[in-house]
Amino acid sequence: MVNPADDMEMRIRAFLADNFMMGQDSTALSRDDSFLDAGIIDSTGVLELIVFLEDAFGIQVEDEEMVPTNLDSIANLIPFIRSKQTSAEA
Amino acid sequence: MCSLSSESLKIDCAEATRRITAFIRAAVFERFRKRGVVVGVSGGIDSSVCAALCARALGPERVLVLFTPEGESGSETLRLSRLAAASQNVEGVLEDITPILEAAGCYHRRDEAIRTAIPEYGAGWRCKIVLPSVIDDDRYRIFSLVAMSPDGRTVKKRLPSDSYLGVVAASNFKQRTRKMVEYYHADRLNYAVVGTPNRLEYDQGFFVKGGDGLADVKPIAHLYKTQVYALADYLDVPDEIRSRPPTTDTYSLPQGQDEFFFSLPYDKMDLCLYAFDHQYTPEETAAALGLRPEQIERVYRDITGKRKAARYLHAAPLLLEDG
Repeated sequence: MVNPADDMEMRIRAFLADNFMMGQDSTALSRDDSFLDAGIIDSTGVLELIVFLEDAFGIQVEDEEMVPTNLDSIANLIPFIRSKQTSAEA
Repeated sequence: MCSLSSESLKIDCAEATRRITAFIRAAVFERFRKRGVVVGVSGGIDSSVCAALCARALGPERVLVLFTPEGESGSETLRLSRLAAASQNVEGVLEDITPILEAAGCYHRRDEAIRTAIPEYGAGWRCKIVLPSVIDDDRYRIFSLVAMSPDGRTVKKRLPSDSYLGVVAASNFKQRTRKMVEYYHADRLNYAVVGTPNRLEYDQGFFVKGGDGLADVKPIAHLYKTQVYALADYLDVPDEIRSRPPTTDTYSLPQGQDEFFFSLPYDKMDLCLYAFDHQYTPEETAAALGLRPEQIERVYRDITGKRKAARYLHAAPLLLEDG
């Protein structure tokens, strides 16, 4: 059985590869790499990322949550998604 | 290094005018072998200054000014555009581009894109796209659509990426149609086309590729907006134009440039860009602008991000042999 965290990361990596890395190998992206600094995502890309998160993980991203500490790397995204899912279940 | 202040952007207007007019003459007459220039004038400061510089450089009789309002232009746009032309004794031609935009589906396509986010958007509604201020916090600057119903009710919605791109793509018909009309007149008269961006707009990519970004000569692309205002004063651009707040005049609701694109009002943005390019620390720039260092750091990051995005806008078509 796939670990849920690994599954989440795989889905994020697949989204990044398809939409921003144009088929390049997303495993080259480390979990801590900043999407903005790496030139992977710009301001329009953030919009796409938010739509993906909301659709794929059933969460609602609020305006004040759109900050790099939540969204700018795989390492930041996973705990953010988990905390949103947990608070939605509570 | 000198301390940073508004004095940092002071220019000798007589010398700047001499250099720019010599540049325009050399570009138009010698480089391109054209008989004159077409300048699209919006009633704003940049295009008015460009028209004035071209009139001085080539003679007013070799400058054709185009007024290209459309159905959603500001109520003052045409009157101020005519004022700019009259103040320089140059010929003006009115080309209402509304029918072209309607035929191209500009308004229809844009409204369809808006309706994906605001289903009730329809006849009589007006809209604009806005961004949150970059200096307040670390939030990403995510575009929102502000729409106003005919009875004055305002709706603000964050736009999904496809809606945002649809709105921008349709709105860009406006700039591209204006440029098409400018080149029509340029071709008919054997003239060159003047682009009117200032340094902020050119550097940060505040233009439409193939629209207002397209031109044969851009005489003020090296000048900060503050310097353009100084030149406007020197060149006797009418007071009404000099005192008009910078506007995009692209969306049907009034929209300042600093709520759509730039992080700060133009005078502060000018100084930030200057400071960034001259390696002033955030602390030094913050002291000059009356802001906090962390706010300047955000503006510096925004400048860098926009420069990255502008690379595509500035890029000439790639050729295989370019490597």
